[in-house]
Amino acid sequence: MATGSDKPIPTATFETRPYWEGCKRRELRIQRCAACGHNQFFPRLYCTRCFSDRIEWIKASGRATVSTFTIVRRPVSPAFADDVPYVVALVKLDEGPTMMTNIVGCAPEQVAIGMAVRVTFEDWSEEIAIPKFEPA
Amino acid sequence: MSLKNQVAIVGVGDTKVGVVPGMSATQLYVQAAKLALDDAGLTKNDIDGLITSNSFVEPYMYHAEMIAEYMQIFPRYCITVPTGGGTTGAALHHAASAIVTGMADTVLVTKADSQITGMSRAKAIEAMATAGHAQFERPYGLPIPGYYALLARAHEHAYGTTAEQRAAVAVACRKHASMNPAAQMRDPITIDDVLKSRMICDPLHLLDCSLVSDGGAAFILTSAERARDFPKKPVYLLGVGEGHTHEHVSQALSLTSSAAREAGERAYKMAGLGPQDIDFAELYDCFTPVVIIELEDLGFCPKGEGGRFVEGGRIELGGELPINTHGGLLSHCHPGQPGSMFAITEAVRQLRGECGQRQVRDARTALVHCQGGIMSTHCTLIFGAEQI
Ligand SMILES: [Zn+2]
Repeated sequence: MATGSDKPIPTATFETRPYWEGCKRRELRIQRCAACGHNQFFPRLYCTRCFSDRIEWIKASGRATVSTFTIVRRPVSPAFADDVPYVVALVKLDEGPTMMTNIVGCAPEQVAIGMAVRVTFEDWSEEIAIPKFEPA
Repeated sequence: MSLKNQVAIVGVGDTKVGVVPGMSATQLYVQAAKLALDDAGLTKNDIDGLITSNSFVEPYMYHAEMIAEYMQIFPRYCITVPTGGGTTGAALHHAASAIVTGMADTVLVTKADSQITGMSRAKAIEAMATAGHAQFERPYGLPIPGYYALLARAHEHAYGTTAEQRAAVAVACRKHASMNPAAQMRDPITIDDVLKSRMICDPLHLLDCSLVSDGGAAFILTSAERARDFPKKPVYLLGVGEGHTHEHVSQALSLTSSAAREAGERAYKMAGLGPQDIDFAELYDCFTPVVIIELEDLGFCPKGEGGRFVEGGRIELGGELPINTHGGLLSHCHPGQPGSMFAITEAVRQLRGECGQRQVRDARTALVHCQGGIMSTHCTLIFGAEQI
């Protein structure tokens, strides 16, 4: 997939910087609650289960399963025009949380719900690498 | 305190829809308001409460105040609700609460936008893509139809729902639009037409997707007691309920069911009615799979059977549960946040018996379901031709 400079490059915030720093180091990081053990994503100040502030960052395994997906035929914006057709999916990490991603490294028609995938990273800028998933 | 039987709609107005050249979004808001006032036999000075949603094309920091200023009305209750498809039902919920608590006597709700004339189609599609999370969704390049394609695929996988079943929703809406001179798309279509239309985001075809439109609609709500003195038959609010689960689809609790379930349960409970009591339904149909999920979550069929439910004309006029009798967002019009307004004005006209060729016979009780975001925010409304 091309990495056109017009693509919506994320800007890390105070809350999400550890996540994006992890991606740059080829680590997929999520949060774990030290009080109740709950794993969560997106990053937040408090635990979504017990609302504790004892939030820690952990390195996820990078393994996940495809929950659902679509093949995009008409790009969302001109920046994605060279990429069509491309797969956007929701994947469930082995650690529990769900995230949106692209499935890369296989033909779009090979993607299926329930498929095992693993994380890979695509550099978009000096600071930002985008986590994507490929067949495991 | 229950809102059941407490308020009624006494006036409705729809502008022309589709491509409405030479009209700005603001003009459409105000024209819709004028038409609703005329329908109710009121003057603008009778309005003491105003609710709008911000225009996507022509936004203002204080949108409702701007519309009041434009009309030169000076309400004692004035609020702008968010720019989303689900907030139309919520606006009516707020208006009803304001009337019952004495914040206002006569509330005008008006919504419009000019998504064709006010902005290019390409710009509209790109602008709508800003719906995703800036860091965790937008980098993956998902257009709005793609968000709903994720849900369609999950429903297909879980329950065996088919492309033909989704197409039956589009066919029913178009059939009803063909009987509605006001609708944007009136040429009947077949299931085959839907399946042969261009694939947008698998598994959704072009004709599984709603329209892009200009247009606006308004309604006027007042107390049931005052409603008796109006020229047109009042339409009573019997039940209302909301449910809210998320903003971003990647945070949704479920991909195959929604807070339409909670919204519906709350509305049915207030009304003391169930799905079996509903004569027709106006269901939010931004994309065909949404209707199938809503039919299940609102209890018209068991979970997973929505696909089979829409087969065989059951949701068409003359069927067991006619839906989207004006043509819905799929075929009547979809100017963005005003979408559900036309569902409400249609339900009112049906319950008054004003719908001519597309009139639901003996229509007494209607359900309107409004949805916004990506199955994020839900409001169910139940209306009656009489208080019950
Ligand atoms: Zn916790």
